[in-house]
Amino acid sequence: MIHSLFLINSSGDIFLEKHWKSVVSRSVCDYFFEAQERATEAENVPPVIPTPHHYLLSVYRHKIFFVAVIQTEVPPLFVIEFLHRVVDTFQDYFGVCSEPVIKDNVVVVYEVLEEMLDNGFPLATESNILKELIKPPTILRTVVNTITGSTNVGDQLPTGQLSVVPWRRTGVKYTNNEAYFDVIEEIDAIIDKSGSTITAEIQGVIDSCVKLTGMPDLTLSFMNPRLLDDVSFHPCVRFKRWESERILSFIPPDGNFRLLSYHVSAQNLVAIPVYVKHNISFRDSSSLGRFEITVGPKQTMGKTIEGVTVTSQMPKGVLNMSLTPSQGTHTFDPVTKMLSWDVGKINPQKLPSLKGTMSLQAGASKPDENPTINLQFKIQQLAISGLKVNRLDMYGEKYKPFKGIKYMTKAGKFQVRT
Amino acid sequence: MTDSKYFTTTKKGEIFELKAELNSDKKEKKKEAVKKVIASMTVGKDVSALFPDVVNCMQTDNLELKKLVYLYLMNYAKSQPDMAIMAVNTFVKDCEDPNPLIRALAVRTMGCIRVDKITEYLCEPLRKCLKDEDPYVRKTAAVCVAKLHDINAQLVEDQGFLDTLKDLISDSNPMVVANAVAALSEIAESHPSSNLLDLNPQSINKLLTALNECTEWGQIFILDCLANYTPKDDREAQSICERVTPRLSHANSAVVLSAVKVLMKFMEMLSKDLDYYGTLLKKLAPPLVTLLSAEPELQYVALRNINLIVQKRPEILKHEMKVFFVKYNDPIYVKLEKLDIMIRLASQANIAQVLAELKEYATEVDVDFVRKAVRAIGRCAIKVEQSAERCVSTLLDLIQTKVNYVVQEAIVVIKDIFRKYPNKYESVIATLCENLDSLDEPEARAAMIWIVGEYAERIDNADELLESFLEGFHDESTQVQLQLLTAIVKLFLKKPTETQELVQQVLSLATQDSDNPDLRDRGYIYWRLLSTDPVAAKEVVLAEKPLISEETDLIEPTLLDELICYIGTLASVYHKPPSAFVEGGRGVVHKSLPPRTASSESAESPETAPTGAPPGEQPDVIPAQGDLLGDLLNLDLGPPVSGPPLATSSVQMGAVDLLGGGLDSLIGGTNFVAPPTAAVPANLGAPIGSGLSDLFDLTSGVGTLSGSYVAPKAVGSISMDLQLTNKALQVMTDFAIQFNRNSFGLAPAAPLQVHAPLSPNQTVEISLPLSTVGSVMKMEPLNNLQVAVKNNIDVFYFSTLYPLHILFVEDGKMDRQMFLATWKDIPNENEAQFQIRDCPLNAEAASSKLQSSNIFTVAKRNVEGQDMLYQSLKLTNGIWVLAELRIQPGNPSCTLSLKCRAPEVSQHVYQAYETILKN
Repeated sequence: MIHSLFLINSSGDIFLEKHWKSVVSRSVCDYFFEAQERATEAENVPPVIPTPHHYLLSVYRHKIFFVAVIQTEVPPLFVIEFLHRVVDTFQDYFGVCSEPVIKDNVVVVYEVLEEMLDNGFPLATESNILKELIKPPTILRTVVNTITGSTNVGDQLPTGQLSVVPWRRTGVKYTNNEAYFDVIEEIDAIIDKSGSTITAEIQGVIDSCVKLTGMPDLTLSFMNPRLLDDVSFHPCVRFKRWESERILSFIPPDGNFRLLSYHVSAQNLVAIPVYVKHNISFRDSSSLGRFEITVGPKQTMGKTIEGVTVTSQMPKGVLNMSLTPSQGTHTFDPVTKMLSWDVGKINPQKLPSLKGTMSLQAGASKPDENPTINLQFKIQQLAISGLKVNRLDMYGEKYKPFKGIKYMTKAGKFQVRT
Repeated sequence: MTDSKYFTTTKKGEIFELKAELNSDKKEKKKEAVKKVIASMTVGKDVSALFPDVVNCMQTDNLELKKLVYLYLMNYAKSQPDMAIMAVNTFVKDCEDPNPLIRALAVRTMGCIRVDKITEYLCEPLRKCLKDEDPYVRKTAAVCVAKLHDINAQLVEDQGFLDTLKDLISDSNPMVVANAVAALSEIAESHPSSNLLDLNPQSINKLLTALNECTEWGQIFILDCLANYTPKDDREAQSICERVTPRLSHANSAVVLSAVKVLMKFMEMLSKDLDYYGTLLKKLAPPLVTLLSAEPELQYVALRNINLIVQKRPEILKHEMKVFFVKYNDPIYVKLEKLDIMIRLASQANIAQVLAELKEYATEVDVDFVRKAVRAIGRCAIKVEQSAERCVSTLLDLIQTKVNYVVQEAIVVIKDIFRKYPNKYESVIATLCENLDSLDEPEARAAMIWIVGEYAERIDNADELLESFLEGFHDESTQVQLQLLTAIVKLFLKKPTETQELVQQVLSLATQDSDNPDLRDRGYIYWRLLSTDPVAAKEVVLAEKPLISEETDLIEPTLLDELICYIGTLASVYHKPPSAFVEGGRGVVHKSLPPRTASSESAESPETAPTGAPPGEQPDVIPAQGDLLGDLLNLDLGPPVSGPPLATSSVQMGAVDLLGGGLDSLIGGTNFVAPPTAAVPANLGAPIGSGLSDLFDLTSGVGTLSGSYVAPKAVGSISMDLQLTNKALQVMTDFAIQFNRNSFGLAPAAPLQVHAPLSPNQTVEISLPLSTVGSVMKMEPLNNLQVAVKNNIDVFYFSTLYPLHILFVEDGKMDRQMFLATWKDIPNENEAQFQIRDCPLNAEAASSKLQSSNIFTVAKRNVEGQDMLYQSLKLTNGIWVLAELRIQPGNPSCTLSLKCRAPEVSQHVYQAYETILKN
C-alpha cells in the first residue's frame, strides 16, 4: 500500500514528508527530479516513475508535486485518486492548497494525513468525518485554543463512519434548512479550421450544498433522464432505484458534495454556443503577418455568453503583435508567446473582434504550425445538454426545506484550430 | 497564529531548549514544545534525542497531545528500541480505555512501532481488539495484523491471528470485512503459496454483500480480491458480473477500473451467444470513456489499461474513436498514449477521420508528438489496406511541407509501406528523391538508401544518388553504411554494366577502410558472392522479402491474457507481468484467464473430431476373429483404394493365435507355425520401428516386413518404406497392400510393386507412395495405421505408428495477423503445454530445423532473455496447429505450447517436435 508521501515545490524542494510504514529516505526523490528535468514542463512529468526499489506516483496540483512512494504492486489509480483526495482535503481545510499554507498548518496537515491512511490503507477520507476528528483551523478557534488550552482535535468517535450512511454524521442541526443544487456543464470541443466540429462532449456535474437537519431522505427527478446514460454517482445514491426508475434517491452528506457527474458524448446533443472567425496569415517573405479573430454566438438558446477569454499560444517566430480589440483588453507576452484577450460579454449586435499585425523574425521562414485558439466562456441559467431537474422531494423529516437549483454552462477544453 | 513559527527556530541549542520546554510543568508549554518537535520532524530534522522527554508527555488525557506523541513515537521508536519499551504500558492501558476512539488509536499506533521487542507485548491487546464490540476498533485491529505480519510473520502465525482475520471476513460490518480482505491480501502477497484467501461461493457472497455498503477504498480491495476467484461455471460468473456492474458508475476511478478488471476476467467464461455477454460489452464502454475526462494522471493510467482492453476486446470501444482525439494541451504522455490507441482502433469505417486528425497533429509544435503522428499514418496504411493509398497521399502532402523532421519521419514510414505493398506505390519515389538533401538523421537516410537500392531499376539516376551518399561514407552512422553497401550491391546486380566501379569502391571502403566488424563482414560476404557466383549472389541479395504486418507492435496473446488479469495495477501500466519487475523475495503467482466452462444448456459445442467423424463413432477395433479373417480374405486387394473397413487387432497375441489356429482351417494344407524369433533388420530411424517390429514375431518364418515413413521430400509426397524379407521356404509372389481406414485418410497412392518373385531369404526394399485421400476414421492412438499385405501365400497384418510430421504440409505458414487472430480465437482449454528436454538448440537452429519439416516460424521475439518462436503448421486434412516455442539460452529444455482446434493432435505434434529437434 502507500508507503510515504513527499510534497515537492516547483523549485524542487521537499517541504513535507510523511511515512506510513518504515521511513523511506528522501533520496528516492532524486529519481523524480531526474524525470522532472527531462520533462520540459511540470505538467509533462510522467505520473508513474519506476526506481530500483520503489515506484513513485505523482500528481501536480497548485504548483505542488504530491509524490507517493509505493513498494509493492498497488493499483496506481488507487494511489492517484488518494492523492487527489489529499489535495481536496487540504483545500477544504485551508481554503487554498499552497506551500505557505501547508507550512503554516503543518501540525494539522500531519494529523490529517495520519487519519487518512493507516499502514497505507485509507482510513478516513470523507471530509465530513475528518472534520469531526480534526477540526479545521479558524481564526476564532486558534484564538480560543490559545486562551483555553483546548485543541482542535475532536475527542468524538467519528460516529458516521460506522453507520449505514458513513458519509453523514448524526445529530446535524440547522435553523435554516436549505438544499442547493448546481448543474454545471463543461463543453469540451475541438473545432477545425473550417468551423466544423471534430469532437464535442459535455462533462456535467451536479454539485450540491445541503444543510438539512436530521436524516433527510431526498429524491431528485429529471425532465429528461434519458440524457444521463453515462453517470458516476456519489456513494450515497441508491443505484437500484436509478436503474429501475431513473430517479436519484439518497440521504445526502452534510455540506458540500458532488452528487453525480455525467458525460454526454452523442454528437447531435452537444450544441456549440460560440463560433470563432479567424484569419491568421504568415507570408514567407514578409516580416509582417496578419491577425484577425472575431467571436460570435451560435446556439445559445437565447442566453448571453459572458466571461469570454481567448488565449492562444503563438508560434516561436512571432516577435510581437500590435492588435486592436473592439472591446475588452488583450496582452501578448513576447517571451512565452502567449496571447490572451479578455473579451467579456458578447453582444450579438456588435461582435467583438481583435485585429492587427504580427511582427515576425526577419528572414526566418514561415512558422510550421498554426496556433490553436483556446476559448473560455460562461452561460448562466443554461445547461447546454438540455438537462432539467423536474422536482426535489424530501422524506423522513417534517420541516419544509428551502430548495434551489442553478444551471450553468462553461467551456472546458474548448479549442479552435486555425 | 499559524504553525509556521515552529519552523523559525534555527538557533544553536534548539534541542536543549525544547528539552527544557518538554519538561515544563505547564500543560500549554508542553504541548507547544511537542508541536515544535513534530514540525522539526516533518521537515526531516533529527529530533530523536528528545525521545525520553517526549514519551514522558504520553500519559495525558489531552487527546491532541496524545496523538502528537504517538506521531513522534511511530517515527523514532525504531532508532530508540530500548526507550520505546517505556511506552508499552501506556498502550496496553489505552487499549482498555472506555472510549473506542482511544482504543482504536492505541491499537493503530502500536502496530506502527516497528520494534521486535515490543511486538510480543502487543499480542494480547491486539487479540482483545480483534474481538472488540465496536466495529471501528475491529477494523483498525484488522489492519494492525497486517502491520504486525510485516514486522514478524512467524509471530502472527503462531498467535493464530490469521484465523481470526479470516473470521472477520464474515463480520457483520462491511468496513470490517473490507479491511480484513485488505489485510489478508497484503499478507497473501508475501506468501504466494498460502491459501489465505481461498474463496468459495459462500465467502464470495459475503464479499459481494459488503461491496455495496463499504467505502470506496474497501470496494477496491474487495474487487481486487474477487478478481482472483475462479467461478465454477458461467452461471456463477454471470451472477458475480451482475452484482459488480453497478460499481462501473462509481465516482472513484480506481473502483471503476477494478470493476472493469473483474468483468473482463469473468467475461472470458461467458458464452458469446449469451444476451448478457452483449449487454455487458455495451456497459463497459461508457465508464472507460468517462475515465478519459478525468485528470491527466488518471487518464494516463486509464489509457494504458484501455490499450490492453482494445487489444483483447476491440469491440468494446470500436465506436468511441473520437474520445481519443488529442487536445493540444494534453500532457505529452497522454498524447502519445491516445495516438497509440487511435491506431489500434483504426478500421476501414473510421480511417478517414483518423487520417484527418493525424495530419492535423503532424503540424503541431511538439516534435516528438509530430514524429509519432507521422509514424502513425504509416501504421494506419499497413493496418487498413484500403486506406493505404490515402495514407500515402497524406504522407506526400506532409513531405511537401518541407518541415525537416516531418519529411524524414515520412520517408521512414513510406519504406515500411513499400515493404507491405510491393509494386504499388513506387510512383512516389520521384518525390522522395527530391528531398534527398534534407535528410540528416541516420534512420531516414538509411530508409531512403534502402528505397533507392530496392527500386534501382526504376530510378534512372540511382547510381548518381548512391554515389552522392558514398562521398561521405566514413562520416555516416553504421546503419547508413550497411544500408549503402547493400543498396549498391543491389544496384550492381540490377545494372551490372554501369556500376562496376561503384560497387568496387563501396566494397573496398567497407572491407579495407572500416573499423566496424559488421560492415567488414558484410562487405567480404558480398565480395565473395559476387566474385564466385553472381547467380547465387542475385538469389541472396535480391531474395524476396517477407511482407510486414501491423501486428508487430501487438502484445503477444499469452502475455495479454495475463495482463488482463492485472488491469488497474502497475503491471498494466508497464505492460509487463509483475514477475518482470516486482521486487524479488515476494513471490508472484501467475494469473491466467479462466477457461470457458459452460454449464449444461449453454454449452458451446467444442470442436472435437479433427476429421469430422463424430466422436460417438469410435470404432470398436477388435471384431470376432473369424469375421475379421473372413473379411480380409475376401478383400479385393488389387487396386489400393478405399476398401471396406479393415480392422486389425493391435497385433501380436491375437494375431499369433489367429495364425496358429484360425488360419490352419482356412487355408488348408499350408501349415505355418510362428516361432517367436526374428532378427530385426536395421531400423530406419524414427520411433515407428516399434510398431513394426511387432510384425516380426508374427510373421517370421513367413516373411518379414519392415518399414519406415519418410517425410515428404518433394511437394505433397508422403511415402512408406517397406522392407520385405522372405523367411519362408517358398517363393512369394503377387504382393498387394491395403490400409485400414485411419485418422488422416492415408492410403497407398500406387499398387505395391514387387517385380520379381521373392525367393527365400531374399530381402527387397520398396518405397510406397501414399496419398491422403483415403477414407477417414479416428484411430486410437491417432497416428495408428493398420496395414494388410497379401501375397500368394497369405495375408499379413501389422499395425504401426507413424510420426505426425510427415503430414505437415508445405503451405502451413500462417500470416501474422491470422496467427494472432486464430490464437485468440481458440479457447484456452485447447492449449497444451509440453517440455522438450535435452535440446540445446538456439532459436535459429531450431527454427530452421523445424522449417525443413514444414513447421514454419511466423514470428520471433525475445522476452526477458527468452526466445519465443511463434509457429504454425497445417496437417494434410487442413487442421491448423499453432505453437509457441520458448527457448531459454543456456537451458537445454524448452517449453512448447500448442493451440489447436482439435486438441487431440497436440500430443502427437509434440512428439513430432521432439523427434525433429533431437534428430
